[in-house]
Amino acid sequence: MKSFAYERTGDLGAALTAVSQGARAIAGGTNLLDLMKLEVETPDKLADVSRLPLASIEAQDEGLRIGALVTNSDCAADLRIRRDYPVLSRAILAGATGQLRNKATTGGNLCQRTRCPYFTDLTQPCNKRAPGSGCGALHGFNRIHAILGASDQCIATYPGDMAIALAALDASVEIEGPGGKRDVPVRGFHRLPGSEPQRDNELGADDLITAVRLPRPVGGRQLYRKVRDRSSYAFALVSVAAIVRMNGGRIAGAQLAFGGLAHKPWHDPAVDAVLTDETPSLFDKAADLLLASARGYGHNDFKIPLARRTLRAVLAEATGL
Amino acid sequence: MDSNAVLASLVVNGETRRFASDPRTTLLDFLRGGLGLTGTKKGCDHGQCGACTVLVNGRRINACLTLAVMHDGDAITTIEGIGSSDRLAPLQYAFVTHDGFQCGYCTPGQICSATAMLEEIQTGWASAATENLLAPTIDREEISERMSGNICRCGAYPNIVDALSEALETAP
Repeated sequence: MKSFAYERTGDLGAALTAVSQGARAIAGGTNLLDLMKLEVETPDKLADVSRLPLASIEAQDEGLRIGALVTNSDCAADLRIRRDYPVLSRAILAGATGQLRNKATTGGNLCQRTRCPYFTDLTQPCNKRAPGSGCGALHGFNRIHAILGASDQCIATYPGDMAIALAALDASVEIEGPGGKRDVPVRGFHRLPGSEPQRDNELGADDLITAVRLPRPVGGRQLYRKVRDRSSYAFALVSVAAIVRMNGGRIAGAQLAFGGLAHKPWHDPAVDAVLTDETPSLFDKAADLLLASARGYGHNDFKIPLARRTLRAVLAEATGL
Repeated sequence: MDSNAVLASLVVNGETRRFASDPRTTLLDFLRGGLGLTGTKKGCDHGQCGACTVLVNGRRINACLTLAVMHDGDAITTIEGIGSSDRLAPLQYAFVTHDGFQCGYCTPGQICSATAMLEEIQTGWASAATENLLAPTIDREEISERMSGNICRCGAYPNIVDALSEALETAP
């Protein structure tokens, strides 16, 4: 690990000043420290934001405001979230381990970086780690890589589970920066790689996430289905967060988001729309829409039929038909 | 001392201990190298194996993925604070009874992790194996899922689950 200076910040103002002067914010540290050990991340200065007063979940505007420092464990265990937003509890509990969820924070989890092995191997080209060096995965081992929204610069996936549920719920990210406070929808927070794969999301270098806001509860049947290489503690090959409301044997409303498919939590409004007011016979139509532009790169070709089948299975379970 | 050296005061197994070293020092390296508490093991050093599991303010974490300096004021419990060979904690005794280990390298992490896991169950936390999020019930599958952050290369898992099932039955 490269040497760095360490500063413990006492309040949000001091933390914002520190990051505006080039410090990297650290909270749970489970992803950042791991990458620092590999020297994929080499910050000169760390601003410890872990003691800022952002660790509570509060009722707000008929929804909930989850402070950025609420741990994954506390978020998944919160009774309001278990009752009113079960897809979020399910998604968080599907990820990592008890030990990691006790440290990982809501804000940090949104910012976790890809698990593409070319990103973490300093001997390999990677446009995300070293812009302009190329993409080793494109013609390399790409079993875990993206089938939607990739570019010839980067085919990495966003690895998280929590954000997939947040995208289905249409939550928003509260950010503070030099220009004040702003809200960004989770569905627009993460970026596609395009020609700038080094930018994972819309957070600026001098911004801090202060909270995630959940809209008012939407009810319905809420599921998180994660398909992976082993039954626990593994990243998703394909995951589906689903919120489906039924009315007399027809789908009254659907909100779906997908993990493991792209550089961001994948949400396609056309997929939600085609399901609404339709019968379950149209599951295939939703899969057709979702995967119309899907492209495999060799080892990950299997994800296209896997995504279709997982979507069908989730819709069958969610609708009970 | 390194010009980047920083200070923190930690309460480790009930004793106040001072950290004044390079901020790169992980909690794991401070416990083992700084304090000589070598019960906590270094396995992968990347949060994947759980051998370094300790309790921080009662919660289990991977000591390899956190900086010692970030734990100013925190209460740390290592395996040395849970029991000793002449005074086994009930969980340690259950591991012996059920042959819950072979080489023993993962065992301190397993015991620390399980100590907190039992607490999580009593608090009513759900897991990925839980059917009803609002009313978790505990079976072997639940125990395996909740312990998936602790790898045992000897494959003593069935006996570990036996030990933890017994501990759950006898818990107050």
